[in-house]
Amino acid sequence: MSTLVTMRGLTVAFNGQLALRGIDLAISKGEAVGLVGESGCGKSVTWLAALGLLPGKATIGGSVTIAGEELLGAPAAKLERVRGGRIGMIFQDPASSLNPVHRVGKQIAEALALHRGIAGAAARAEAKRLFDLVGIPDAERRLDAYPHEFSGGQNQRVMIAMALAGQPELLVADEPTTALDVTIQAQILELLQALRREFGMALVLISHDLGVVAETCERVCVMYAGRIVEEAPTSRLFAHTAHPYTRGLLGALPPITGPRRRLSAIPGGVPEPWAMPPGCAFAPRCGSRMAACDAGTPAHTELAPGHGAACLRAMAPEYAEAVPA
Amino acid sequence: MSNDAPLLRAEGLTRRYAMRRGLLGRSVEVRAVDGVSLTVERGRTLGLVGESGCGKSTTGRLVLGLEAPDDGHVAFDGSPMPPPGSEPWRRLRARMQMVFQDPLGALDRRLTIGTQVREPLDIHGLGDAGTRGEKVASLLSAVGLRPDQAARYPHELSGGQRQRAVLARALATDPALLVCDEPISALDVSIQAQVMNLLVELQERLGLGMLFISHDLRAVRQVSHRIAVMYLGRIVEEGEPDAVLQAPAHPYTQALVSAIPHPGRAGTRIVLQGDPPNPADRPTGCAFHPRCAAAVARCAVDSPSLKARDDGRLVACHVAHGEVDALKRAA
Repeated sequence: MSTLVTMRGLTVAFNGQLALRGIDLAISKGEAVGLVGESGCGKSVTWLAALGLLPGKATIGGSVTIAGEELLGAPAAKLERVRGGRIGMIFQDPASSLNPVHRVGKQIAEALALHRGIAGAAARAEAKRLFDLVGIPDAERRLDAYPHEFSGGQNQRVMIAMALAGQPELLVADEPTTALDVTIQAQILELLQALRREFGMALVLISHDLGVVAETCERVCVMYAGRIVEEAPTSRLFAHTAHPYTRGLLGALPPITGPRRRLSAIPGGVPEPWAMPPGCAFAPRCGSRMAACDAGTPAHTELAPGHGAACLRAMAPEYAEAVPA
Repeated sequence: MSNDAPLLRAEGLTRRYAMRRGLLGRSVEVRAVDGVSLTVERGRTLGLVGESGCGKSTTGRLVLGLEAPDDGHVAFDGSPMPPPGSEPWRRLRARMQMVFQDPLGALDRRLTIGTQVREPLDIHGLGDAGTRGEKVASLLSAVGLRPDQAARYPHELSGGQRQRAVLARALATDPALLVCDEPISALDVSIQAQVMNLLVELQERLGLGMLFISHDLRAVRQVSHRIAVMYLGRIVEEGEPDAVLQAPAHPYTQALVSAIPHPGRAGTRIVLQGDPPNPADRPTGCAFHPRCAAAVARCAVDSPSLKARDDGRLVACHVAHGEVDALKRAA
């Protein structure tokens, strides 16, 4: 598989404080990758930075390339072709991403005009086709509706239709189901899977929910305090969890079968950007902490093909055992 | 006052709202809660699960008397709930407390945590000035906050710490009942686990009865002794958490259980078609029938009542009770 997007040492600082502390990530064509982490870990900022969507006060470093072309510092005209064109993006709250005073059909037509140069009746026909594709019933009539006339799940379908208007090679979905009900979440995840199969589109799913990511993605990156701390093929991540933070996230998820035990909650909270620990950012909350953990940020260690972790203890045998899902 | 009576018993609670459609439209009646009966035992937790708009939060407010039911009644400790707003009700409110989803919204940003935890003691006249200070310190340590954090303002605490402060305040009057409305939804996964552990610990130590309202079946199973599933204002299934999760009887519960994402899932997921219906536009018969794969012609006309199966599980479904001929299932 050839690589579509490559990030090297991507950093983002707000007012001199690092929010993203060096992200290395490669997305292959047609691949589904999950980015998991708690609020403030930088999972959304990563993609906002890559697409030039951060406010001016953010200082961005490193490199992001799509098919070899550098995106960081690229001229606006070039970025505008990539955003919504080669890379589509959908967000958590669909209702606030749509313009409330325009009919949804018009908003989709706008995306079609921008990225594919289609207008008029052709745009409307294409918008209707997209609506059918994302499963909005009665597409022809619903194109004339306003966002408030749709439910949350349907608005997210509209957003997906709009993202598909540019025929993206990569769809970045930032917490696409967090604001939705459980049964609607199931519908949207099914839709994303179906679209990916049909178009061979790559998918980056950003979520705080390991369960959602595990079901949808082939590969998972776990982020903590602005870095990727573990990266593995999905099945391997659950069978051979290496990083204590990933183990903590799994332990914090209440099981749905078996005896009810106290959850192995991770103590404490995420460090503030202005009070980063000197070494490994997770060390103060970690049950396996050693003196060496405070000496410096642990490097990414390859444990198996495609499986790496930034932890000094990741090689220790106790982490090789299987963790019950 | 008999102590054999359950801590909280609600029967046939109904709450109707009038909603106006359009600018000049006539008002439509919306039944947010439609004949809900539930029981919370001492020292036990009843989990109330459902999607947004199913009436689970309204139910929580009704059992506390924060809203008056249009129909039905609530008994606390075996005696009927005094009329909301009356003096006896105010006194009773010290024994039942509520915890909300958004801790920042539930706290006053201009007051320190210590002042806010102390407030219920002052309002209900519990203890004297000297003992109140000690009580605040012991409440804070009971929920895992340091005594020096009493001097902090809400914005100086993290989300998890704020929810702990809200809990400390709710526990100040030594309540017998705690109604928790989505207490963990706004928190990060690792913090959710901390708060769930804390709730279970506090219950063991203080013998609290709890009504735990959530959309998250995993969380509900973790903390509850019994769960009730709500759909459009009614309880559609009620039973032991493990039994309900392993063998859900109502088609809606089946869909909810199968929608729980988890790593390494086996089998296929039931994906419900369509959105949850609008309470103002309630389908006839069983409210779930338009989305139900098992629905038969009878479901569209005849609303099923919540009845016990042979194994004690309460289900409101014609099909689950075997009242309809499987062969007659309409396509």
